[in-house]
Amino acid sequence: MTDTINAGITHGLYTEGEPIADTKAPAGPIAQMWTTRRFEAALVNPANRRKLDVIIVGTGLAGGSAAATLGEAGYNVKSFCFQDSPRRAHSIAAQGGINAAKNYKEDGDSVYRLFYDTVKGGDYRSRETNVYRLAEVSANIIDQCVAQGVPFARDYGGLLDNRSFGGVQVSRTFYARGQTGQQLLIGAYQALERQVAAGTVTTYTRHEMLEIVVVDGRARGIIVRDLVTGEIETHLADAVVLASGGYGNVFFLSTNAMGSNVTASWRAHRKGAYMANPCFTQIHPTCIPVSGEHQSKLTLMSESLRNDGRIWVPKNREDCDKDPRDIPEEDRDYYLERIYPSYGNLVPRDIASRQAKNVCDEGRGVGPKVGDFRRGVYLDFADAIERLGKAAVSEKYGNLFDMYARITGEDPYTVPMRIYPAVHYVMGGLWVDYDLQSSIPGLFVAGEANYSDHGANRLGASALMQGLADGYFVLPNTIRDYLAKGPFEPLSADHPEVVAARRSVESRTERLLAINGERSVDSFHRELGQVMWEYCGMERSEEGLLKAIDLIRGLREEFWRNVRVLGAGDTLNQSLERAGRVADFLELGELMCIDALHRRESCGSHFRVESQTEDGEALRHDDEYAYVAAWESTGGDGFGELGTPVLHKEDLVYEAIQLKQRSYK
Amino acid sequence: MNLTLKIWRQPGPRHRGSMQTYKVTDISEDMSFLEMLDILNEQLNAKGEEPIAFDSDCREGICGSCGLMISGKAHGPERTTTCQLHMRSFTDGEVITIEPWRANAFPVIKDLVVDRSAFDRIIQAGGYISVNTGSAPEANAAPVPKQHAERAFMAAECIGCGACVAACPNASAMLFMGAKVTHLSELPQGQPERDARVVSMVEQHDHEGFGGCTNVGACSQACPKGIPQDVISTLNKDLRTALRR
Repeated sequence: MTDTINAGITHGLYTEGEPIADTKAPAGPIAQMWTTRRFEAALVNPANRRKLDVIIVGTGLAGGSAAATLGEAGYNVKSFCFQDSPRRAHSIAAQGGINAAKNYKEDGDSVYRLFYDTVKGGDYRSRETNVYRLAEVSANIIDQCVAQGVPFARDYGGLLDNRSFGGVQVSRTFYARGQTGQQLLIGAYQALERQVAAGTVTTYTRHEMLEIVVVDGRARGIIVRDLVTGEIETHLADAVVLASGGYGNVFFLSTNAMGSNVTASWRAHRKGAYMANPCFTQIHPTCIPVSGEHQSKLTLMSESLRNDGRIWVPKNREDCDKDPRDIPEEDRDYYLERIYPSYGNLVPRDIASRQAKNVCDEGRGVGPKVGDFRRGVYLDFADAIERLGKAAVSEKYGNLFDMYARITGEDPYTVPMRIYPAVHYVMGGLWVDYDLQSSIPGLFVAGEANYSDHGANRLGASALMQGLADGYFVLPNTIRDYLAKGPFEPLSADHPEVVAARRSVESRTERLLAINGERSVDSFHRELGQVMWEYCGMERSEEGLLKAIDLIRGLREEFWRNVRVLGAGDTLNQSLERAGRVADFLELGELMCIDALHRRESCGSHFRVESQTEDGEALRHDDEYAYVAAWESTGGDGFGELGTPVLHKEDLVYEAIQLKQRSYK
Repeated sequence: MNLTLKIWRQPGPRHRGSMQTYKVTDISEDMSFLEMLDILNEQLNAKGEEPIAFDSDCREGICGSCGLMISGKAHGPERTTTCQLHMRSFTDGEVITIEPWRANAFPVIKDLVVDRSAFDRIIQAGGYISVNTGSAPEANAAPVPKQHAERAFMAAECIGCGACVAACPNASAMLFMGAKVTHLSELPQGQPERDARVVSMVEQHDHEGFGGCTNVGACSQACPKGIPQDVISTLNKDLRTALRR
């Protein structure tokens, strides 16, 4: 195995640097750490707060809640989003729910159990200290959201209702039908707009961050493009927060919004912020299958459907094109219930996804053929409808059933749904310490954009929890310790570092418009996505990853020579916006493959074919890989040239929880 | 299927726009409406013509970014968002007109893209509950009767797409505003600011240049989330009560 790592190094793909020794978590027992940190973090006098400028990029659950909270505290906040309103950030599309250790069901839940489930669900590749804090503040989130008027589901007594979710055996998920993300985001958005009215927050909508300004080793601002006028603007501050979401769109087809991108994170990475575990990508099991070549995105249906729906495929390949209602019970393979009797259909997402791939690879997939394969499995509600009645099923899942019917033209009340896994979320992201500070001082990262809480696999209903934990409770407490050292030296837009950052954005934009090649931006994006899905998707192998790296390099070279971006820079130009994002995806894709190549173990979402048990389950190697892989960029020319990344290892120390091989059988 | 598209093209906010005609062929009925436009844009790009600008993001019907007048109907012939509209709702050979939302308060930025920031300013005027982070009481301390919780949820489903304004002959945003007022008025947490909220939001609405409501009901018909017209009655009632006090 060591040979392979060395092989990676001798291929010249990466080098190894100093390990990360200190994550800045306070000393003492884990249950006391957050209290200690909040006490030790320096305070900023209320009168001084308005003199401190904080830039926040992104207005989803993490960015919106952080902007609102820092505004309430009296800091001078500038909030940026590429959408036309902060309310449209992609958090809005989260459906199922938000976890919190309230133990309202008295079913044995606790902060410790939520912590434990999250670490175990993440396949022991997350940092204990951060996850404990996440579980600790989870209950406050629910209080805060209810106070804001978030209309969570309630029972007949008027109290909050809960449901259970994949990978756990307690009911701790709060929900608002299938629109929990929307309701939580509107809550954060309203809190944010309240601060706009109060004058503490200024919003910059239809503005996209294209570069970070680092002066004297500190993050001091960003360069943005006003997407309406095309103007390149400089914004300076005492600290910068990236809450710019995940990069699942590197796969082209994903459940992310069309505009979701890696640019803010990637620009920061190229300026010195480490990127951690970039290959940890969550492939969500319950999405609507691809219907054809024209597909622009994939649609997820909440995995809460797995609470009542039963997943199956025909036992015999010959039955795959039959009407599922004509296939008798004895000819159906409820494969999750068969393989994992204790968790059944509620196994974690990575397992449910990989097993769906396996049965389709065996030729037992259902639905129309796309290419040579049927890529779909049934999610059947017939039993649930018989047990609970159609009305009760509709009450719980009505909007999801409607959405499915609208997209596929089939009625899921009478015909089993067809589902297939799709890229949904990334656990990897910019490396942060206990304070959510990146390896660039003054640059903080929150929400999906950071690597911190989910390890190699995220449990359902934990993304909303993490976004709001970071934005409402964690970041506002930790960033003040940094801001207390400010205000930093005033910086002028003429400072050479600021001018250089701005100039690099202008020259990229000019270059993209000047190439005037033959191929559209989308065609490059689609091809990159196919490479990533094939070789860096649900199964990865050394051979495949090496091939993918070559393909991506070739594609990137062609992009900078042959992409066609029409229109001008000084107007709304959606092709230009996409071109910049795809240029960054073409760099990120390579780093993801290098990361996947170097981690020669299977863990969580990352399944290496070389590392499996006899019965095909993932096999971790804690002796070698119980660390976070944090990658440092070594430069390149900014037009597709990447330097050789340097690997910094942060050893994962488990003191509160014992490392175990996961089992859901 | 083969279609003829008549699409509004406008280079910028201060330019004059006009309808342009395009043809698309071999469109599958499983495509979404926006995927059909993606294909047209790829064709235009290949021919060296600038693609048509339109907003879309989640393409799952929840973010509210997309919104087109399709043959005179906001979001087209089905009750859904433009991104969730599929080509099976059209017939081979059909001529489809595609325009941006038309309202003084929603100025055109380019082609089919409009500026809806007026909605954000209406929310800034009072569409929130004033509770700073950290000052919330225990969530179950104030039970909410299920029927109130459900009506609040129904109103809170608004995605802020602006179809209600586009559909209204007066370009009124009363359904949008009524939805927010109803959401917050149904909840115990929304009571302390109930009067001030509605007065301030209505003032901002009128200031933005949205028209008055004349009970046409086109807003609710066009709403992809099916928000009923009676949220406007709640708004009017709250406004009357507030002004009387």
